[in-house]
Amino acid sequence: MATAATHKIVIEPVTRVEGHGKVTIQLDAKNRVQQARLHIVEFRGFERFIQGRPYWEVPVLVQRLCGICPVSHHLAAAKAMDRIAGVDRLTPTAEKIRRLMHYGQMLQSHALHFFHLVSPDLLFGFDADPAIRNVIGVAKKFPELAVQGVMLRKYGQELIRATAGKKIHGTGAIPGGVNRNLPIAERDAFLKDIAQIETWARSALKLARDYTVEHLKDLADFGSFESNHLSLVRADGAMDLYHGHLRAIDAAGAKIFDQVDYQRYLEYIREEVRPWSYMKFPFIRSLGPEAGWYRVGPLARVNACDFIDTPEAEAARKDFMALTKGKPNNVTMAYHWTRMIELLHSVEVIHRLLDDPDLQGTDLVVKGERRPEAVGLIEAPRGTLFHHYQVDANDQVTRCNLIVSTTNNNTPMNRAVEKVARDFLDGAKTITEGLLNRIEVAIRAYDPCLSCATHALGRMPLVVELADAGGRTIDRRERR
Amino acid sequence: MDEIPHTRRRLVIGYGNPGRRDDGLGPALAEAVAARAGPGVETDADYQLTVEDAAALSGCDEVIFADASTDGPEPFSFAALEPAAGADFTTHHISPGAVLALAGELFDARPKAWLMGIRGYEFNEFGEGLSAGARRNLAAAADFLSARLRDGPTERRTEAAT
Repeated sequence: MATAATHKIVIEPVTRVEGHGKVTIQLDAKNRVQQARLHIVEFRGFERFIQGRPYWEVPVLVQRLCGICPVSHHLAAAKAMDRIAGVDRLTPTAEKIRRLMHYGQMLQSHALHFFHLVSPDLLFGFDADPAIRNVIGVAKKFPELAVQGVMLRKYGQELIRATAGKKIHGTGAIPGGVNRNLPIAERDAFLKDIAQIETWARSALKLARDYTVEHLKDLADFGSFESNHLSLVRADGAMDLYHGHLRAIDAAGAKIFDQVDYQRYLEYIREEVRPWSYMKFPFIRSLGPEAGWYRVGPLARVNACDFIDTPEAEAARKDFMALTKGKPNNVTMAYHWTRMIELLHSVEVIHRLLDDPDLQGTDLVVKGERRPEAVGLIEAPRGTLFHHYQVDANDQVTRCNLIVSTTNNNTPMNRAVEKVARDFLDGAKTITEGLLNRIEVAIRAYDPCLSCATHALGRMPLVVELADAGGRTIDRRERR
Repeated sequence: MDEIPHTRRRLVIGYGNPGRRDDGLGPALAEAVAARAGPGVETDADYQLTVEDAAALSGCDEVIFADASTDGPEPFSFAALEPAAGADFTTHHISPGAVLALAGELFDARPKAWLMGIRGYEFNEFGEGLSAGARRNLAAAADFLSARLRDGPTERRTEAAT
C-alpha cells in the first residue's frame, strides 16, 4: 500500500503476454523503488466448471482453459485420466502419438514466442521505437527470419491437427490411449519438410545463442537472481518433456529431491496464498515459502537434466552449460537460449518419431480398473503443469486442482520485475518507453500465459500510470 | 472449348474460445457459414489469430475475419480492413490487420479484407453455449455473410450492417 511518502507506478496490462497482468512499482519520496509486484488477474471458476463432468470428457473440456496452450492441458488431463481409468502404461502407438502431439506443441509455441514476441526486442534493441519493434518490423527488415518463424509454427500446428484431430477442442488423447494413429500419407508429408524445419531450428538456436553470448555483459545481471529449479526428468536423468519424475535442484546444482513420483507431489510442493495476488505462490515444502520458490520452463529443464537424448540439442546443452562451468545458469535472459535448445530438441524428437513405424500401429487404447484420484504432469512449453483430479463412483469429477506453469513461475517473475525496477527505474520521474519495455522484457523471458483470457475485440490496451505520494496521477501512458 | 471461369477463393476465419461463452461467436459464425457455403468459400476456426494465418491468405481473393465484440454495434459490424503495421501486438495472438500486413510482407498476399465484429455479452465465465442475445446476433450475422458470399456485396446490405 502506498504511504504518504511513496509514489506508485502502475503498468496494466502487460503487453505481449497473455491475459491481463498489472505491474505496480512502489517508489519512495526519493523515487527509489521500494517494492515491485506483478499482479495476475487469474480467471476463476474453472474448478466449478469441471465439477460434475464425466472424467472422460475432461481432456477435451480443459482446452477451454486456454487458447494458447490447449494441447498441454489436453495431455496433462489425459495423463491423469489414464490413471483414473486404471491404466499405468499406454500402448507404444498411443504414447508415441501423444509425444508427437506434445513435441509439435512445443515446437509451435517456442517458435511463436521467439520469433513473434522476443525477436523484436533482440533485433531492434529494448529502446527501439515500438512502431518498428514488433513482428511486422521484423518482417520488413528480416523477412527470411520472419518466414522461418511462421513456417516453424505452422509445421507444429499441422502436427497437432494430425494427432489431435482439429484446432479447437482436439480429441486425440482419451483416457487409456488415443483415438487415431498417423497414416503413412500424412507421415510422408511431414517427413518431406523435416530437413528444412531442422535447418531453420538450427538457425534459430544460433541466433539466440549468439545474441546471448554477444550481449552477456549486459544480460547477465538483467532481471537475474539465484533460484531453485524444478522439472520432470527421465529415470536416467535425461530431459523428457512428456513424462518422468520430479527433480528439484538448488542454485548451485545440488539436488533437493529427485525421481519423485508426481502422484505424491503434495508431499513436496505447497502453494501459498498472498492477499495482494489472485495467483498462488508454489514452493518446495521442505524449504518453506521464503527459500523454497523455484523456476520452471526451459531454463529450469536444461539446468535440471543430466543430458538431452538427441545429438544436436545435447551438443547445444553442453555449449550452454560450459558458460557456467556445468553449474546451473541463473541468468533470466538465458531462457531464450534454452528455449531454442528445446526447439531444436523437439524437431529432433519429431523426426525420430516420424521414422518410427509404431505411429501406424492400430493398438490404441488400454483399459484398467477404475481409481478415485490421480495426478497428471507434463512439461508444457512454459514449464511444469500439474492436473489433479478426484472422481466419484458415478465417474463424475468431484475435485480438481491445477498448478499451471505460469503459477509455478510466479515468484521468479515478481523477483525479475523487482530486480529490473531497482536497476532501471530508481530515480526516474517519468515512465519512458525503454523503462517500461525492460520490465516487460523480463516478464516475457518466462513466456507467461497470464490468465488464458478472452480476447474479443476491444480488449488489451496497455495503460501505464504514475501516481504521486498523494495518489494523484502524474503520468499516464496508453498503447493499443 | 469454353473458358473455365475463375472461381474466387474466399476465406472466412472465425476466432475465439467457445469455452468462454460469447467469445465463441467467431468460430460459431465460421461453422454456420460453412454449412451454407458455395464453391470457392473456405472456412476456418481457431482460438485466436496467429502468425501462420498470414500464410493461409496466400491465393485468397477475399478474407473475412469474424470475432466477438465486447462493445460494438448490435447485431454486428462489418467493415473493410487495412493492414496494420503498428505496435498493436499485445498477446500471443495478433490482430486481423497484423495478419494482413504479415501476409503482404512475407507472402505477397493482398486479399480484399473485412472485419466482422459480432456483439456478445457474456465473456467472464467458463461455459458452453452463447447467450440469448449473442445467438440472435449470430443468426443475423450468418444470414448477412452467407447472402454476401452467395450474391456478392450490395450497398444496401453493407449499409444495413455497419
